[in-house]
Amino acid sequence: MSRLKLFLPLGLFLILVGLLYAGFSLDDPARLPSTMIDRDFPSFEMSQLEDPDTMVTEAIFGGRTVLVNVWATWCPTCKAEHAELQRIQEETGLPIIGINYKDDADEARAWLARYGSPYEFNIYDPQGRLGIELGVYGAPETFVVDAQGRIQFKWVGDVNRRVWNNEFLPVLQALEDQAAL
Amino acid sequence: MIPEIGQFALWLALGLAVALGTLPLIGAWRRDLFWMQSAFSLATGMFVFTLISFICLLIAFVTDDFSVAYVANNSNTLLPVYYKVSAIWGAHEGSFLLWTLVMAGWTLAVALRSKHLPIVISSRVLGIMGLISVGFLLFMLMTSNPFDRTLPIVPQDGADLNPQLQDFGLIVHPPMLYAGYVGFSVAFAFAIAALLTGKLDAAWARWSRPWTNVAWAFLTVGIALGSWWAYYELGWGGWWFWDPVENASFMPWLTGTALIHSLAVSEKRGAFKSWTVLLAIATFSLSLLGAFIVRSGVLTSVHSFAVDPERGLFILAFLIIVVGGSLLLYAVRAPAISGHSGYSGPSREVMLLLNNLLLVAALAGVFIGTLYPLAYEWLTGGRLSVGPPFFNAVFVPLMVMLTMVLGLAPFSRWKQTSFAHLWQELRWVLLASVVLGLVLPLIFAGVLHWQAVLATTLGLWVLLPHLKDLWQRAGYRWQGLSRPPRAHWGMLIAHVGFAFAVIGVGITSHYSVEQDVRMAPGQPVQVGERIYTLQNVRERQGPNFIADRATIEVQKGNRSYMLYPEKRHYFVRDIVMTQAAIRPRLDRDIYLALGDPLGGGAWSVRVHDKPMVRWIWLGALLMALGGVWAIRDKRYQRRRLRDQGRLDGVQTPARAGGQAGMPVAGRGSEAGSS
Repeated sequence: MSRLKLFLPLGLFLILVGLLYAGFSLDDPARLPSTMIDRDFPSFEMSQLEDPDTMVTEAIFGGRTVLVNVWATWCPTCKAEHAELQRIQEETGLPIIGINYKDDADEARAWLARYGSPYEFNIYDPQGRLGIELGVYGAPETFVVDAQGRIQFKWVGDVNRRVWNNEFLPVLQALEDQAAL
Repeated sequence: MIPEIGQFALWLALGLAVALGTLPLIGAWRRDLFWMQSAFSLATGMFVFTLISFICLLIAFVTDDFSVAYVANNSNTLLPVYYKVSAIWGAHEGSFLLWTLVMAGWTLAVALRSKHLPIVISSRVLGIMGLISVGFLLFMLMTSNPFDRTLPIVPQDGADLNPQLQDFGLIVHPPMLYAGYVGFSVAFAFAIAALLTGKLDAAWARWSRPWTNVAWAFLTVGIALGSWWAYYELGWGGWWFWDPVENASFMPWLTGTALIHSLAVSEKRGAFKSWTVLLAIATFSLSLLGAFIVRSGVLTSVHSFAVDPERGLFILAFLIIVVGGSLLLYAVRAPAISGHSGYSGPSREVMLLLNNLLLVAALAGVFIGTLYPLAYEWLTGGRLSVGPPFFNAVFVPLMVMLTMVLGLAPFSRWKQTSFAHLWQELRWVLLASVVLGLVLPLIFAGVLHWQAVLATTLGLWVLLPHLKDLWQRAGYRWQGLSRPPRAHWGMLIAHVGFAFAVIGVGITSHYSVEQDVRMAPGQPVQVGERIYTLQNVRERQGPNFIADRATIEVQKGNRSYMLYPEKRHYFVRDIVMTQAAIRPRLDRDIYLALGDPLGGGAWSVRVHDKPMVRWIWLGALLMALGGVWAIRDKRYQRRRLRDQGRLDGVQTPARAGGQAGMPVAGRGSEAGSS
C-alpha cells in the first residue's frame, strides 16, 4: 500500500498531461453546464456603485431583456471585452447592468470614468455575495435575463465579436420569437 | 556566414550533449572509468559550442544583420547598442538560446567543481544534465531556430525591440531568472543520480545544498528584478500582479524554498529523504513547466499553440519524458532511499515539516489559480481571470501561518524542543512584537489598519527572535558576532530579509495613496502631505523615440525637489509608453506617471505615494544574499580541501566502482541548517 502511495505524484502529473493534451484535440468548445439557466435571477439587495445610497433589488428585472455583466478592475480580460460591450450597447440599445465583483468602489468608478461606461448602472458586490448566488467562476461572466426575470443564458469569459454573433444572438433571437408568439 | 556558423555550432553542441547524456551514464552503469571521465570534457565542449552559437547571434544583432529573421523582428538600426545586446533575449527564440547557454554553463560549473565527488555520482549528475540539454537543443533546432533567414527578401530595417523591454531591468532580469530556473537542474540531477545509485545520505544532501542555494538565490533576485521592473516600467505603481508569467516564476521559488529547508533536515538528521527528492524533482519540473509555458506564449495567448502546434506538442512530449520519467523512477526507487529518525513535539524537524507543508499548500493555490483559466480556455475557448482576490485569499493566510512558525525557528532544537523552553526564550520578544507592531504603524502613518499592524507584528516576530539568537550566540559582545558559523549567518540574513519583505508588503499595501490629478502649469495640487506643481512640459528627442517630458516640483514643508515623468512615443513600432519618475527612499517612494494632455497646457498625472515599498525588494535581496552566504560555510570549504586529497584514490577503477558515500560530517556547525 505504501508502495502504491509513491505512484501518486506520477498519477497527478499524468492527469495534468491529459488536461494539457486535451487542449490540442478539443476544437469543439465544451460548455460548462450552468445550474442557473431557466431559473429566476436570485433575490438580492445591494447598493449601486455609482450612488452608494441607492439600493437595488431583483425588482429591476422584468419587462425587458437585459444583459448582466460581471466585471472588476483587477481583471485584464474585462478590460479587453469593455470596447465590445460598448459597441453592443450602442448598436443594439440592449440595456447592460454591471455587477462590480470583489472590487474597490473608488477604483471601479475611476475605471468607468476613464474608459466610459456601457452600463445602465452597476450593482456593487465587494464580497462576491451575489456572485456566489449566481455561481460566478471568475470575471468576466455575462448573463442574459429575459423579460420575466429568468436567466436564459450564461457565458463565462470575454464577450468578443465571435462570441456575440455565435452565442448571444441566437439566444436573443429565440427570446424575441417567443415574445412575438 | 556568421549565422551559419552559429547554427552549425548548435548542431555540434547537440552532438556533444547526446554523448554527454549517454556515455557517462552507461559508464557509471558498467563501472567503466574511461567512459565516466568523458563527462568532464564533453560538458566543456557542449558549453564552448553553445557559447560560440550565442556569440554568433550577438554579432548578428550588433552588426544589424537583418537577413536573420529573429534580428529583423526584434532589433533596429536606431536601437542603442546595449539594447541590441539585450534584444537577444527579447523574444522566444533568442531567450531560448540564452536559456540553453545558461544550462550549459551550469553543467560546466558542476564539471569543474565536482572533481572531488565519487565519479559514479558526478558522471551521473553530468549525464543527466546532458540529457536535459539534448531536449533544449532539439527544441530550439526543430521549432525555434534563432538563425532562420529572411532570404531572399532582406528587410531594410528591423521592426525594433518592444519598447517595454528597452530598459535596464530587462537587460538583467531574464539572465538572472534563467540562471535560477536552470540552476535547479543541478539539484534535480543530484536527486536522479541518488535514485539511480539507490544511495541518499548526508553527504548527498551536503553536495546538493550549495547548488540549490545558489540557484534559489538567482531565482529570488530574478523575481525581485521582475517585480521592480513591473513597478517602474508599467506605470501602474503595482509590484505584484499575480499574473501568469509572474506565477510561473513564483511556483518553482516556493518549492525551491521548501527544498532548501528539507535538504537541511536530510543532511542533519537523515529524515525527509524521499520527500526531499520529490521536492527536487518538483522544483525543476515547475521551472520547466513555467518557463516553457511562458516562453511558448501559451499563457498570454493560447492561440499560439494553434499557430504552431509542433512547438506545443514538443513541449508536452519533453515534459512527459523528463517529469514523467523522473516520477516513475521515484516511484520505483524511493523505498531504497527512505530513512527514519525520531523526533517529536515542537522540534526543529516538525517546524521544518510545517514550513514544507505551508509552502507546498501555497504552491497548490498558485498552481490552481494559474492553470485554471488556462484549462478553462482550452476546454471552452472562453477567457476569464482568476484575479488577485483569489490569490490573496489563499496565499496570505498561509504566509501568516508560515511567519508565525518562522519566529520560533532560531530557538528550536533538533529531535525535541519543549514548549517551556520556547516560552522562556520568546515571551518578551512576543510582547515586544505585539506592542511595537501596534506603535510603529501609528507613528509612521498616524492611522491604524489592522492588516498593516498584523504584518508589522509578524515581521517583528521574525526579526526580533533572530536578533536575540544572534546576540546570544555572540556572547552578548560585538566582537562575538563572528562566532556563529557562516551557514547560521546565512539563515539569519535570509530570515531577516523575509521579515523586511513582510513588513514592506503590509505597509505598502495599506498605506499607499494613489490619485489621478489634473495639473495645470503653475497651479499647485495637494496629494497627501505633499504639494505638486507642474512647471512645464517640453519635447525631448531620444535615440528611437520622442518624449513629452514634464517637470514637476514636489514640495513638503520647505524642502522641494523636481521629478521628470515622460510619455514616450517610439516611432518604429508606433507605441506610446509611460516613463514614470520615481523618487526612491527607504521610507517611501514618490512616483509620478504622466497621463494625457487635457488641453490648455494641463495634463493628467497619476500620483503614487508608496511607503516602504523598497523593503520588499530589499528583503528579497537579503534573502538571496543569505542563501549565498550560507554556502560559504566552513564545512563546504573544508570538505573540498579534504576531498582533494582523495583524488588519487578515485583515479583507480576499483575505487571508482566503490560506494558513493562519504563519512557523515561531524556536527561542525549544528546551527547551520534551515
